[in-house]
Amino acid sequence: MNFNYLSAIIFLPMLGAAVIAFVPGLKRNGVRALAFLFTLASLALAITVFVLFDQHVPGMQFEESASWIPAISANYHLGVDGLSMPLMVLTAFLGFMVVLISWKEEVRVREHFAWLLLLEASILGVFCSLDLLLFFIFWEIEVIPMYFLISVWGAGRKEYSSIKYVIYTLFGSAFMLAGILTVYFTTGSLNMIDLAKTGVAVYASAIPVTAMFFLLFIGFAVKLPVFPLHTWLPDAHTDAPTAGSVMLAGALIKMGGYGMIRVCLSLFPDVARQYSVLLITLAVIGIVYGAAVTLRQTDLKRMIAYSSVSHMGVVLLGIFALGEVSVTGAALQMVSHGLLTGLLFAMAGFTMHSAHERDLRKLGGLARQMPITAVVFSIAGLGSLGLPLTSGFVAEFVTLSGSFSSTVFSGIHIFVIVAAIAVVLAAGYILWMLQRVFYGPPQEQFAHAHDADAMERVYMFSFVVLIILIGVYPSLLANIIRMGIAPLVPPI
Amino acid sequence: MNLILLRPELALLATAVAVILVDLFVKRKGILTVLSIIGLVIAGVYTLLMWDAGGQSVAGLIVVDNFALFFKMLFLGIAAFVILSSTDYVGKFSNFHGEYHALILLATLGMTLLSSATELITLYVSLEVLSLSVYALTGFLKDPKSSESSLKYMLLGAVSSAVLLYGMALIFGFTGTTQLSGIAAAVDRVASSSILDNPGLLMGIALLIAGFGFKVAAVPFQLWVPDVYEGAPTPIVGFLSVGSKAAGFALILRVFYTAFETPEWLSLDWGTVYAVIATLGMIVGNVSAIGQGNIKRLLGYSSIAQAGYLLVGVATLGMAPSTEIIGRSAILFFLFSYALANLGAFAAIIAISNKINSDEIKDYAGMGRRAPLLSLCLTVCLISLIGMPPAAGFMAKFYLFNGAVQNGLLWLVIIAVLNSVVSAFYYLRVVKAMWVTPVDAANETASLEKIPASGALRVVLALTTLGVLYVGIAPDRVMNLAKWAAQIMGF
Repeated sequence: MNFNYLSAIIFLPMLGAAVIAFVPGLKRNGVRALAFLFTLASLALAITVFVLFDQHVPGMQFEESASWIPAISANYHLGVDGLSMPLMVLTAFLGFMVVLISWKEEVRVREHFAWLLLLEASILGVFCSLDLLLFFIFWEIEVIPMYFLISVWGAGRKEYSSIKYVIYTLFGSAFMLAGILTVYFTTGSLNMIDLAKTGVAVYASAIPVTAMFFLLFIGFAVKLPVFPLHTWLPDAHTDAPTAGSVMLAGALIKMGGYGMIRVCLSLFPDVARQYSVLLITLAVIGIVYGAAVTLRQTDLKRMIAYSSVSHMGVVLLGIFALGEVSVTGAALQMVSHGLLTGLLFAMAGFTMHSAHERDLRKLGGLARQMPITAVVFSIAGLGSLGLPLTSGFVAEFVTLSGSFSSTVFSGIHIFVIVAAIAVVLAAGYILWMLQRVFYGPPQEQFAHAHDADAMERVYMFSFVVLIILIGVYPSLLANIIRMGIAPLVPPI
Repeated sequence: MNLILLRPELALLATAVAVILVDLFVKRKGILTVLSIIGLVIAGVYTLLMWDAGGQSVAGLIVVDNFALFFKMLFLGIAAFVILSSTDYVGKFSNFHGEYHALILLATLGMTLLSSATELITLYVSLEVLSLSVYALTGFLKDPKSSESSLKYMLLGAVSSAVLLYGMALIFGFTGTTQLSGIAAAVDRVASSSILDNPGLLMGIALLIAGFGFKVAAVPFQLWVPDVYEGAPTPIVGFLSVGSKAAGFALILRVFYTAFETPEWLSLDWGTVYAVIATLGMIVGNVSAIGQGNIKRLLGYSSIAQAGYLLVGVATLGMAPSTEIIGRSAILFFLFSYALANLGAFAAIIAISNKINSDEIKDYAGMGRRAPLLSLCLTVCLISLIGMPPAAGFMAKFYLFNGAVQNGLLWLVIIAVLNSVVSAFYYLRVVKAMWVTPVDAANETASLEKIPASGALRVVLALTTLGVLYVGIAPDRVMNLAKWAAQIMGF
């Protein structure tokens, strides 16, 4: 296998972005066709990797390594294991879907698709990088496309939200950069695999490992987001265009959880254990607070955005419960949330465009005009509240039960029970939202609303199939993820 | 006298004279640009011929070492870019084209000499050659703002020269020599316990820091920057922000590394002073830039902040002068990246302001549609100045801060990275104006006109933008060059 799958997966969308941006004379159709082809090719390769992936082998597969900057011992080093591979496939999937979702975009089409593809490439790069510097570079590249997507194609207070997003992200990555520099100073290595073998604590250093851990953690925490660093999220998600929200909620914020497992957990297992009470407290606050605030939202997109804060709290809980099962659950939750929230935002965007309204208090009775949308939206909603047979149930169940049985500190049971109660709140806000949007008497002013056309049905059903597939047959993913997680989780 | 080592400088001098003479006889002033570039290329070739000569000296005043060669090439490159991007600008003044080009060449001559000087008097004279040329260039537009900026720059510059000279005199008084190596030997004999008996030495060093601080626009010696940047001709601002700053850092590195590197207690002292100055520079520069509406003023404050980042490198040098090559090479690498990004940005600004006759950021609205490639170049350069990948600025900061962390300056690095976040805010305001802000209906027709740019300016834009990306993605060659250049410095 000499073919460099991962490089191709990452750089195809980037190449596509360059072609779309620079080839002169492209018309709207040409741009869309190119975006379609490049993301489809990337997705096809990602699926190939999924199929060829040997789920009985722990550790990295499809590794590529080349010398990059010998002066600071940085390498171009890619690879995927059971943790990153599903997230990589998810990103490629969402990257392809958002091209379909923004098919009808008419404003500055070339730039729109170029930024979308560059965004996808950078997220793929984050999930595949095994060198801390390379990881950080991909991590940062994402900021600029997202800034443009929100500020140009967004709605509402888009300029405020986009700059807020940039400042928060850069604030987090400033700390992360300092953290990476301290790790590099201490160990002289940027290789994430080598570092994970021993952990950073075995090296003598003038800088305490706790400081390094938290420098890195802040970077990831802004992205996940962890309470109280979450306030950029509702603004950015709400004001972003539909495609931007899908990428943001579906793939981008997963970088935070991924980074915590890949870097914080595997490089600093002792610090993670030492501070797990603090971190799990933050997680539970995030879950409860997120759910409570979601209940009070009157804006359709803002509501889904806040529900992400709650769901990402579950991820944080699973990660720092430090059990093999709980971390596996957290990773499953990231994939599942990527699909569910991606679909929810796509549906919200579609509903908004069709009904020209996003205020929950004014919407109503849309099931009559948009029956297919209502059904798909309901499936996504039920998945999001954790109904059995959907991916949401599997993910939350595994995370919560894994955390419950964790022995990381005594009394974790109470935290998990509180979290589980808050998860029930999700049923409240989701069902209430569905009822307010789709049910009740049909309303006069929405008579013009139309249902999904063929293209829209394609992407809706692709999401639904995956959500139910994982819900019915979770071991498809769970085994792969567990094999990837096992070496990363510190033994208790 | 080994005059053969001075061939690059002699070539520059000859070209400067030739440019003035030719100006008297030709009508087509484009010739002057060509002539200046030819002179720079010849000087460059001579410099390259000495590339492996490493470490020869002319009468103990001038040394040709890797460090000097690196800076000579850097200055020649900067001058070439400035002259090329001036082609769109010199139309603004009807006369004195010859003097304009000659002064740039003379300033470059000052810089190249200064990078080799190993003796205080030589060093001071080359600095004055540079400074006097730049004072004149600053006032070249002869409108009130330009004249004001020139006068302001000259008055403050004269004070700083006096301060510098006084500092040199004190150090001469203390050590009895103006040779940097001699000073180093004399300073070495001072025990840390007897330092209070030698207040003259400390005073001298403090005055040197102040004098050099003026040249690199370090806080609190930066007050001239915004007005001068706003008033001076735009290509000259580019020259000032990159060339003068690099020259100032060449001075700081040469003097402090050669003369005051040991004893350790002394280098720790000035290292700490520089750490404080760096902190002030980053904070003052970035915070003041936030509210600016004029892009040249904004870049002025940004250059104060960039000097702050560079001083982090100087502080690193003070913390561990002899053990680590990384501190020195990181400064050189940073200067290289900064020069690319800033020259690119100024080239774009020259093209834009020539057409719209404004340096206000709000007038950049809709520029992304009018001149997509130009705006893209400016965007890439600004992203590099923020220090975001994949641009050169990121690698420069990574490398520089890496050195600082390795020498116990984690606190300074955290201040620096947080300052980069603040800087993103104002750099992105320019980006936002170009790509996001809608054009108001009143300017609709004007906003469709293309922005013209001459071939020379396009070359500068293309080279700087591609250079920024190349250094950002594959920095290894330039890093090795910087390491090579940092290897021999003393004499």
